[in-house]
Amino acid sequence: MPDPLLDLTLKGGAMWSALIGRGKRLRLTDVAGGANVGLLLYNARERHERYNMPDTLKGQHVFYLRAPYCLHSDMGRLLASMTADTAGWHDTVCGHSTAAMVREKYGERTFQEARNECYRDARTCFLIELAKWGLGKRDLVPNVNFFSKVVAGEAGALTRVPGHSMPGSVVELRMEMDCVVVLNTCPHPLDDTPSYAPGPVHLQVLPGTPPALDDPSLAIRPENLRGFQNTDLYFDLQS
Amino acid sequence: MTPPPALSLRESPLDPATAVNDQIVPAGDRWMHEIKAGQTLRIVDLEGNQAADTLFYNARDFSERYSATDTMLAQRNLYLGTGTRLMSSEGRALLEITADTCGRHDTLGGACSRESNTMRYAHEKHDMHACRDSFLCGVTDWGHGLGKRDLPCNINFFMNVPVTPEGGLTFADGISHPGAYVEMRALLDVVCLISNCPQLNNPCNAYNPTPIRVLIWE
Repeated sequence: MPDPLLDLTLKGGAMWSALIGRGKRLRLTDVAGGANVGLLLYNARERHERYNMPDTLKGQHVFYLRAPYCLHSDMGRLLASMTADTAGWHDTVCGHSTAAMVREKYGERTFQEARNECYRDARTCFLIELAKWGLGKRDLVPNVNFFSKVVAGEAGALTRVPGHSMPGSVVELRMEMDCVVVLNTCPHPLDDTPSYAPGPVHLQVLPGTPPALDDPSLAIRPENLRGFQNTDLYFDLQS
Repeated sequence: MTPPPALSLRESPLDPATAVNDQIVPAGDRWMHEIKAGQTLRIVDLEGNQAADTLFYNARDFSERYSATDTMLAQRNLYLGTGTRLMSSEGRALLEITADTCGRHDTLGGACSRESNTMRYAHEKHDMHACRDSFLCGVTDWGHGLGKRDLPCNINFFMNVPVTPEGGLTFADGISHPGAYVEMRALLDVVCLISNCPQLNNPCNAYNPTPIRVLIWE
Protein backbone atom coordinates (compact mmCIF):
# COMPACT_ATOMS: atom_id res chain seq x y z
CA MET A 1 0.00 0.00 0.00
CA PRO A 2 1.37 3.46 -0.87
CA ASP A 3 2.20 5.90 1.91
CA PRO A 4 -0.97 7.65 3.02
CA LEU A 5 -1.31 11.38 2.43
CA LEU A 6 -3.31 11.56 5.61
CA ASP A 7 -3.46 9.24 8.59
CA LEU A 8 -5.85 10.02 11.39
CA THR A 9 -7.94 8.26 14.02
CA LEU A 10 -11.33 9.71 14.89
CA LYS A 11 -12.88 8.73 18.19
CA GLY A 12 -16.50 7.59 18.24
CA GLY A 13 -18.96 10.49 18.11
CA ALA A 14 -16.53 12.73 16.21
CA MET A 15 -16.70 14.53 12.85
CA TRP A 16 -14.42 15.35 9.94
CA SER A 17 -14.49 16.82 6.44
CA ALA A 18 -12.02 17.32 3.60
CA LEU A 19 -11.79 17.98 -0.12
CA ILE A 20 -10.32 14.84 -1.73
CA GLY A 21 -9.21 14.90 -5.35
CA ARG A 22 -10.27 12.62 -8.21
CA GLY A 23 -8.58 9.20 -8.11
CA LYS A 24 -7.47 9.43 -4.48
CA ARG A 25 -8.83 6.88 -2.07
CA LEU A 26 -10.36 7.32 1.37
CA ARG A 27 -9.79 4.23 3.48
CA LEU A 28 -11.88 3.77 6.62
CA THR A 29 -11.07 1.15 9.26
CA ASP A 30 -13.48 0.17 12.01
CA VAL A 31 -10.86 -0.12 14.76
CA ALA A 32 -12.79 -1.93 17.49
CA GLY A 33 -15.80 -3.35 15.58
CA GLY A 34 -19.35 -1.99 15.59
CA ALA A 35 -18.45 1.53 14.44
CA ASN A 36 -20.70 3.60 12.17
CA VAL A 37 -19.55 6.21 9.67
CA GLY A 38 -22.27 8.54 8.39
CA LEU A 39 -20.94 9.97 5.13
CA LEU A 40 -21.98 12.42 2.42
CA LEU A 41 -20.20 13.49 -0.76
CA TYR A 42 -20.50 16.73 -2.74
CA ASN A 43 -18.94 17.77 -6.05
CA ALA A 44 -16.25 20.18 -4.81
CA ARG A 45 -16.81 22.57 -7.71
CA GLU A 46 -20.61 22.62 -7.88
CA ARG A 47 -21.62 21.79 -4.35
CA HIS A 48 -25.32 21.55 -5.15
CA GLU A 49 -24.34 18.30 -6.93
CA ARG A 50 -24.39 15.70 -4.18
CA TYR A 51 -24.72 12.07 -3.21
CA ASN A 52 -28.17 10.86 -4.21
CA MET A 53 -29.55 7.85 -2.42
CA PRO A 54 -32.33 7.03 -4.93
CA ASP A 55 -30.10 7.29 -8.01
CA THR A 56 -27.43 5.19 -6.27
CA LEU A 57 -29.99 2.50 -5.46
CA LYS A 58 -31.91 2.61 -8.77
CA GLY A 59 -28.71 2.67 -10.80
CA GLN A 60 -27.51 -0.55 -9.20
CA HIS A 61 -30.80 -2.26 -8.28
CA VAL A 62 -29.83 -2.58 -4.62
CA PHE A 63 -30.86 -0.98 -1.36
CA TYR A 64 -27.48 -1.23 0.37
CA LEU A 65 -23.88 -0.68 -0.70
CA ARG A 66 -20.90 -3.01 -0.93
CA ALA A 67 -17.78 -3.15 -3.10
CA PRO A 68 -17.54 -2.68 -6.04
CA TYR A 69 -20.69 -0.52 -6.12
CA CYS A 70 -20.58 3.24 -6.63
CA LEU A 71 -21.99 6.33 -4.96
CA HIS A 72 -23.95 8.26 -7.59
CA SER A 73 -24.65 11.98 -7.67
CA ASP A 74 -27.99 13.57 -8.54
CA MET A 75 -26.58 14.61 -11.96
CA GLY A 76 -26.08 11.21 -13.58
CA ARG A 77 -22.43 11.06 -12.55
CA LEU A 78 -20.32 9.04 -10.12
CA LEU A 79 -18.88 10.62 -6.99
CA ALA A 80 -16.99 7.58 -5.69
CA SER A 81 -16.51 3.83 -6.15
CA MET A 82 -16.05 1.23 -3.43
CA THR A 83 -12.66 -0.33 -4.12
CA ALA A 84 -12.26 -2.35 -0.92
CA ASP A 85 -14.79 -3.65 1.58
CA THR A 86 -14.53 -6.37 4.20
CA ALA A 87 -17.90 -5.67 5.84
CA GLY A 88 -20.02 -6.39 2.73
CA TRP A 89 -23.16 -4.41 3.59
CA HIS A 90 -23.56 -0.69 4.33
CA ASP A 91 -26.90 0.97 5.11
CA THR A 92 -28.24 3.65 2.77
CA VAL A 93 -31.79 4.27 4.02
CA CYS A 94 -31.74 5.09 7.74
CA GLY A 95 -30.20 8.56 7.60
CA HIS A 96 -28.74 9.98 10.77
CA SER A 97 -29.41 10.47 14.46
CA THR A 98 -30.64 13.81 15.79
CA ALA A 99 -30.07 15.51 19.14
CA ALA A 100 -33.59 14.48 20.21
CA MET A 101 -32.98 10.83 19.28
CA VAL A 102 -29.68 10.71 21.16
CA ARG A 103 -31.23 12.36 24.23
CA GLU A 104 -34.17 9.98 24.21
CA LYS A 105 -32.01 6.89 23.82
CA TYR A 106 -28.95 7.66 25.93
CA GLY A 107 -29.93 10.60 28.12
CA GLU A 108 -27.90 13.75 28.20
CA ARG A 109 -24.19 14.21 28.72
CA THR A 110 -23.16 17.81 28.26
CA PHE A 111 -19.79 19.38 27.67
CA GLN A 112 -20.06 21.03 31.11
CA GLU A 113 -20.19 17.69 32.88
CA ALA A 114 -18.18 15.46 30.56
CA ARG A 115 -15.91 17.78 28.56
CA ASN A 116 -15.09 16.05 25.28
CA GLU A 117 -16.81 12.85 26.30
CA CYS A 118 -20.15 14.63 25.77
CA TYR A 119 -22.73 12.92 23.52
CA ARG A 120 -22.93 14.10 19.94
CA ASP A 121 -25.55 13.37 17.29
CA ALA A 122 -24.96 12.87 13.59
CA ARG A 123 -27.22 15.68 12.34
CA THR A 124 -25.42 18.31 14.41
CA CYS A 125 -22.04 16.95 13.27
CA PHE A 126 -23.11 17.01 9.61
CA LEU A 127 -24.38 20.59 9.89
CA ILE A 128 -21.17 21.79 11.60
CA GLU A 129 -18.92 20.29 8.93
CA LEU A 130 -21.22 21.30 6.04
CA ALA A 131 -21.13 24.92 7.23
CA LYS A 132 -17.34 24.93 6.75
CA TRP A 133 -17.87 24.37 3.02
CA GLY A 134 -20.64 26.95 2.65
CA LEU A 135 -23.36 24.31 2.92
CA GLY A 136 -26.24 23.88 5.36
CA LYS A 137 -29.64 22.37 6.07
CA ARG A 138 -30.70 22.54 2.42
CA ASP A 139 -27.75 20.32 1.52
CA LEU A 140 -28.20 17.67 4.19
CA VAL A 141 -29.61 14.70 2.28
CA PRO A 142 -29.90 10.97 3.08
CA ASN A 143 -26.39 9.72 3.89
CA VAL A 144 -24.61 6.37 3.74
CA ASN A 145 -23.95 4.57 7.03
CA PHE A 146 -20.75 2.61 6.49
CA PHE A 147 -20.20 -0.52 8.63
CA SER A 148 -23.92 -0.74 9.55
CA LYS A 149 -26.19 -3.42 8.14
CA VAL A 150 -29.94 -2.85 8.00
CA VAL A 151 -32.20 -5.39 6.33
CA ALA A 152 -35.81 -5.07 5.18
CA GLY A 153 -38.40 -7.76 5.82
CA GLU A 154 -41.01 -8.81 3.29
CA ALA A 155 -43.42 -6.14 4.57
CA GLY A 156 -40.72 -3.47 4.64
CA ALA A 157 -39.81 -3.61 8.36
CA LEU A 158 -36.27 -2.34 8.95
CA THR A 159 -33.92 -4.17 11.31
CA ARG A 160 -30.32 -3.34 12.14
CA VAL A 161 -28.11 -6.42 12.35
CA PRO A 162 -25.99 -6.18 15.51
CA GLY A 163 -22.34 -7.30 15.50
CA HIS A 164 -22.09 -6.85 11.72
CA SER A 165 -18.76 -5.05 11.43
CA MET A 166 -15.75 -6.85 12.90
CA PRO A 167 -12.69 -5.15 14.44
CA GLY A 168 -10.44 -4.17 11.54
CA SER A 169 -13.21 -4.01 8.93
CA VAL A 170 -12.13 -1.83 6.03
CA VAL A 171 -13.97 0.12 3.38
CA GLU A 172 -12.22 2.14 0.71
CA LEU A 173 -13.72 4.79 -1.59
CA ARG A 174 -12.01 5.96 -4.75
CA MET A 175 -13.11 9.50 -5.58
CA GLU A 176 -14.38 9.68 -9.17
CA MET A 177 -14.72 13.45 -8.82
CA ASP A 178 -13.07 16.09 -6.66
CA CYS A 179 -15.31 15.61 -3.63
CA VAL A 180 -16.05 17.41 -0.41
CA VAL A 181 -16.32 14.48 2.00
CA VAL A 182 -18.30 15.09 5.18
CA LEU A 183 -18.47 12.33 7.78
CA ASN A 184 -19.04 11.53 11.43
CA THR A 185 -18.68 8.55 13.73
CA CYS A 186 -21.91 8.94 15.71
CA PRO A 187 -23.99 5.83 16.46
CA HIS A 188 -26.31 4.46 13.78
CA PRO A 189 -29.89 5.69 14.40
CA LEU A 190 -31.13 2.10 14.87
CA ASP A 191 -28.25 1.08 17.15
CA ASP A 192 -29.97 -0.38 20.21
CA THR A 193 -26.85 -0.66 22.39
CA PRO A 194 -28.16 0.82 25.65
CA SER A 195 -25.08 2.96 26.34
CA TYR A 196 -23.59 5.66 24.11
CA ALA A 197 -20.44 3.89 22.93
CA PRO A 198 -19.68 4.68 19.26
CA GLY A 199 -16.43 3.12 18.05
CA PRO A 200 -13.29 4.84 16.76
CA VAL A 201 -12.49 4.90 13.05
CA HIS A 202 -9.09 5.13 11.39
CA LEU A 203 -9.00 7.36 8.30
CA GLN A 204 -6.39 7.30 5.58
CA VAL A 205 -6.24 9.11 2.28
CA LEU A 206 -4.14 7.29 -0.30
CA PRO A 207 -2.83 8.54 -3.63
CA GLY A 208 -4.38 7.10 -6.79
CA THR A 209 -5.62 7.71 -10.29
CA PRO A 210 -9.00 7.40 -12.05
CA PRO A 211 -9.94 3.87 -13.16
CA ALA A 212 -9.78 2.18 -16.54
CA LEU A 213 -13.10 1.38 -18.22
CA ASP A 214 -12.82 -2.31 -17.26
CA ASP A 215 -12.59 -1.47 -13.55
CA PRO A 216 -14.84 -3.80 -11.46
CA SER A 217 -16.91 -0.83 -10.16
CA LEU A 218 -17.76 0.18 -13.73
CA ALA A 219 -18.14 -3.34 -15.09
CA ILE A 220 -20.66 -4.49 -12.49
CA ARG A 221 -23.49 -2.38 -13.96
CA PRO A 222 -23.89 -0.69 -17.36
CA GLU A 223 -25.43 2.22 -15.37
CA ASN A 224 -22.10 2.69 -13.54
CA LEU A 225 -20.17 2.74 -16.81
CA ARG A 226 -22.54 5.36 -18.27
CA GLY A 227 -22.30 7.35 -15.03
CA PHE A 228 -18.52 7.22 -15.26
CA GLN A 229 -18.62 8.31 -18.92
CA ASN A 230 -20.78 11.26 -17.85
CA THR A 231 -18.20 12.08 -15.14
CA ASP A 232 -15.30 11.77 -17.56
CA LEU A 233 -17.03 14.08 -20.04
CA TYR A 234 -17.64 16.59 -17.24
CA PHE A 235 -13.86 16.75 -16.63
CA ASP A 236 -12.90 16.63 -20.33
CA LEU A 237 -15.03 19.68 -20.99
CA GLN A 238 -13.27 21.61 -18.24
CA SER A 239 -9.63 20.72 -18.85
CA MET B 1 -48.47 -11.14 -9.19
CA THR B 2 -48.74 -11.93 -5.48
CA PRO B 3 -50.19 -9.04 -3.55
CA PRO B 4 -47.64 -7.24 -1.37
CA PRO B 5 -47.94 -7.87 2.35
CA ALA B 6 -48.97 -5.39 5.00
CA LEU B 7 -51.61 -3.59 3.03
CA SER B 8 -53.71 -1.44 5.28
CA LEU B 9 -56.48 -0.24 3.03
CA ARG B 10 -58.78 2.41 4.38
CA GLU B 11 -61.47 4.36 2.56
CA SER B 12 -62.28 7.99 3.24
CA PRO B 13 -65.70 9.39 4.15
CA LEU B 14 -64.92 12.72 2.41
CA ASP B 15 -67.17 13.76 -0.48
CA PRO B 16 -65.45 15.32 -3.51
CA ALA B 17 -68.45 17.68 -3.86
CA THR B 18 -67.38 19.45 -0.64
CA ALA B 19 -63.69 19.87 -1.58
CA VAL B 20 -62.40 23.46 -1.57
CA ASN B 21 -59.94 22.67 -4.33
CA ASP B 22 -60.32 20.07 -7.06
CA GLN B 23 -57.93 19.92 -9.99
CA ILE B 24 -56.82 17.53 -12.69
CA VAL B 25 -53.03 17.45 -13.16
CA PRO B 26 -52.26 16.12 -16.68
CA ALA B 27 -49.47 13.57 -17.20
CA GLY B 28 -46.06 15.28 -17.02
CA ASP B 29 -47.41 18.47 -15.38
CA ARG B 30 -46.76 19.79 -11.89
CA TRP B 31 -48.95 21.13 -9.10
CA MET B 32 -47.84 23.28 -6.18
CA HIS B 33 -50.18 24.44 -3.46
CA GLU B 34 -50.26 25.40 0.20
CA ILE B 35 -52.18 23.08 2.52
CA LYS B 36 -53.10 24.54 5.89
CA ALA B 37 -52.81 22.62 9.13
CA GLY B 38 -56.01 20.60 9.51
CA GLN B 39 -56.77 20.50 5.78
CA THR B 40 -56.84 17.16 3.97
CA LEU B 41 -55.15 16.45 0.65
CA ARG B 42 -56.25 13.60 -1.60
CA ILE B 43 -54.34 12.42 -4.67
CA VAL B 44 -56.30 10.18 -7.05
CA ASP B 45 -54.63 7.85 -9.55
CA LEU B 46 -57.37 8.30 -12.16
CA GLU B 47 -56.35 5.63 -14.67
CA GLY B 48 -54.10 3.43 -12.49
CA ASN B 49 -50.35 2.75 -12.26
CA GLN B 50 -49.36 6.42 -12.29
CA ALA B 51 -46.51 7.65 -10.07
CA ALA B 52 -47.12 10.99 -8.31
CA ASP B 53 -43.70 12.31 -7.22
CA THR B 54 -44.38 14.48 -4.18
CA LEU B 55 -42.47 16.85 -1.89
CA PHE B 56 -43.60 18.83 1.16
CA TYR B 57 -42.14 21.92 2.81
CA ASN B 58 -43.00 23.76 5.99
CA ALA B 59 -44.87 26.75 4.52
CA ARG B 60 -43.24 29.11 7.05
CA ASP B 61 -39.66 27.82 6.67
CA PHE B 62 -38.72 25.97 3.51
CA SER B 63 -35.47 24.74 5.05
CA GLU B 64 -37.71 22.30 6.93
CA ARG B 65 -38.90 19.77 4.38
CA TYR B 66 -40.03 16.19 3.88
CA SER B 67 -37.36 13.71 4.89
CA ALA B 68 -37.54 10.20 3.44
CA THR B 69 -35.02 8.81 5.93
CA ASP B 70 -36.71 10.35 8.98
CA THR B 71 -40.06 9.01 7.75
CA MET B 72 -38.71 5.46 7.28
CA LEU B 73 -36.81 5.66 10.56
CA ALA B 74 -39.82 6.89 12.56
CA GLN B 75 -41.94 3.89 11.48
CA ARG B 76 -38.98 1.53 11.03
CA ASN B 77 -40.44 0.57 7.68
CA LEU B 78 -39.70 1.28 4.03
CA TYR B 79 -43.24 1.59 2.73
CA LEU B 80 -45.77 4.37 3.25
CA GLY B 81 -49.43 3.65 3.92
CA THR B 82 -52.36 4.43 6.21
CA GLY B 83 -51.02 5.73 9.53
CA THR B 84 -47.62 6.79 8.18
CA ARG B 85 -46.52 10.14 9.54
CA LEU B 86 -44.61 12.06 6.89
CA MET B 87 -41.66 13.42 8.87
CA SER B 88 -39.65 16.56 8.30
CA SER B 89 -35.91 17.11 8.36
CA GLU B 90 -36.47 18.66 11.82
CA GLY B 91 -38.06 15.48 13.15
CA ARG B 92 -41.62 16.81 13.11
CA ALA B 93 -44.65 15.20 11.49
CA LEU B 94 -45.78 17.34 8.54
CA LEU B 95 -48.78 15.22 7.54
CA GLU B 96 -50.34 11.89 8.40
CA ILE B 97 -51.78 9.46 5.87
CA THR B 98 -55.41 8.99 6.88
CA ALA B 99 -56.85 6.95 4.01
CA ASP B 100 -55.39 4.81 1.25
CA THR B 101 -57.00 2.51 -1.28
CA CYS B 102 -53.74 1.60 -3.03
CA GLY B 103 -51.89 -0.09 -0.17
CA ARG B 104 -48.35 1.04 -0.27
CA HIS B 105 -46.23 3.85 -1.58
CA ASP B 106 -42.52 4.32 -2.19
CA THR B 107 -40.00 6.77 -0.81
CA LEU B 108 -36.75 5.10 -1.95
CA GLY B 109 -37.07 5.55 -5.69
CA GLY B 110 -36.62 9.33 -5.87
CA ALA B 111 -37.56 11.33 -8.93
CA CYS B 112 -36.45 10.79 -12.51
CA SER B 113 -34.16 13.39 -14.05
CA ARG B 114 -32.82 13.88 -17.55
CA GLU B 115 -29.31 13.33 -16.21
CA SER B 116 -30.17 10.14 -14.33
CA ASN B 117 -32.02 8.85 -17.42
CA THR B 118 -28.69 8.97 -19.29
CA MET B 119 -27.10 6.92 -16.50
CA ARG B 120 -29.97 4.47 -16.06
CA TYR B 121 -31.10 3.84 -19.65
CA ALA B 122 -28.92 5.29 -22.41
CA HIS B 123 -26.97 8.45 -23.18
CA GLU B 124 -29.48 9.43 -25.87
CA LYS B 125 -32.34 9.70 -23.33
CA HIS B 126 -31.23 13.21 -22.32
CA ASP B 127 -34.09 15.03 -24.05
CA MET B 128 -36.94 13.21 -22.31
CA HIS B 129 -39.12 15.22 -19.92
CA ALA B 130 -38.43 14.30 -16.29
CA CYS B 131 -39.78 14.93 -12.78
CA ARG B 132 -36.79 16.85 -11.49
CA ASP B 133 -37.20 19.44 -14.24
CA SER B 134 -40.83 19.84 -13.14
CA PHE B 135 -39.68 20.13 -9.51
CA LEU B 136 -37.12 22.79 -10.51
CA CYS B 137 -39.79 24.80 -12.34
CA GLY B 138 -42.04 24.46 -9.29
CA VAL B 139 -39.55 25.69 -6.70
CA THR B 140 -38.13 28.48 -8.87
CA ASP B 141 -41.65 29.73 -9.74
CA TRP B 142 -42.61 29.66 -6.05
CA GLY B 143 -39.81 32.16 -5.38
CA HIS B 144 -38.14 32.77 -2.00
CA GLY B 145 -34.76 31.95 -3.58
CA LEU B 146 -35.58 28.25 -3.83
CA GLY B 147 -33.63 26.12 -6.28
CA LYS B 148 -31.93 22.80 -6.87
CA ARG B 149 -30.62 22.53 -3.32
CA ASP B 150 -34.23 22.43 -2.16
CA LEU B 151 -35.06 19.12 -3.84
CA PRO B 152 -34.75 16.40 -1.20
CA CYS B 153 -35.68 12.75 -1.76
CA ASN B 154 -39.40 12.61 -2.50
CA ILE B 155 -42.38 10.31 -2.07
CA ASN B 156 -43.68 8.32 -5.04
CA PHE B 157 -47.35 7.83 -4.36
CA PHE B 158 -48.78 4.75 -6.13
CA MET B 159 -45.31 3.48 -7.07
CA ASN B 160 -44.18 -0.03 -6.16
CA VAL B 161 -40.45 -0.47 -5.45
CA PRO B 162 -40.12 -3.75 -3.54
CA VAL B 163 -36.90 -4.54 -1.64
CA THR B 164 -36.01 -8.19 -1.12
CA PRO B 165 -34.56 -9.57 2.15
CA GLU B 166 -31.30 -10.04 0.20
CA GLY B 167 -31.20 -6.28 -0.47
CA GLY B 168 -32.28 -6.25 -4.12
CA LEU B 169 -34.44 -3.39 -5.37
CA THR B 170 -36.76 -3.52 -8.35
CA PHE B 171 -39.25 -1.29 -10.10
CA ALA B 172 -42.23 -3.59 -10.24
CA ASP B 173 -45.59 -3.28 -11.91
CA GLY B 174 -47.77 -0.90 -10.01
CA ILE B 175 -50.13 -2.25 -7.39
CA SER B 176 -52.38 0.74 -7.95
CA HIS B 177 -55.60 0.71 -9.94
CA PRO B 178 -57.90 3.23 -11.66
CA GLY B 179 -59.46 5.47 -9.03
CA ALA B 180 -57.06 4.46 -6.23
CA TYR B 181 -56.38 7.33 -3.87
CA VAL B 182 -54.26 8.31 -0.90
CA GLU B 183 -55.34 10.96 1.57
CA MET B 184 -53.36 12.83 4.19
CA ARG B 185 -54.11 15.44 6.85
CA ALA B 186 -51.68 18.34 7.29
CA LEU B 187 -50.39 18.75 10.85
CA LEU B 188 -48.53 21.98 10.01
CA ASP B 189 -49.05 24.57 7.27
CA VAL B 190 -47.22 22.91 4.38
CA VAL B 191 -46.55 23.52 0.70
CA CYS B 192 -47.00 20.48 -1.53
CA LEU B 193 -45.18 20.07 -4.84
CA ILE B 194 -46.23 17.22 -7.13
CA SER B 195 -44.67 16.17 -10.41
CA ASN B 196 -47.05 13.87 -12.24
CA CYS B 197 -44.31 11.61 -13.55
CA PRO B 198 -43.60 11.61 -17.31
CA GLN B 199 -41.19 8.62 -17.20
CA LEU B 200 -41.51 6.32 -20.23
CA ASN B 201 -38.53 4.05 -19.60
CA ASN B 202 -39.79 1.81 -16.79
CA PRO B 203 -43.06 0.33 -15.53
CA CYS B 204 -43.63 3.00 -12.84
CA ASN B 205 -46.32 4.53 -15.08
CA ALA B 206 -47.08 1.35 -17.02
CA TYR B 207 -45.18 3.05 -19.90
CA ASN B 208 -48.15 5.37 -20.34
CA PRO B 209 -48.27 8.44 -18.06
CA THR B 210 -51.85 9.46 -17.21
CA PRO B 211 -53.54 12.31 -15.28
CA ILE B 212 -54.07 12.49 -11.53
CA ARG B 213 -56.70 14.44 -9.59
CA VAL B 214 -55.83 16.49 -6.53
CA LEU B 215 -58.42 17.60 -3.96
CA ILE B 216 -58.25 19.61 -0.73
CA TRP B 217 -60.85 19.67 2.06
CA GLU B 218 -61.10 22.04 5.01
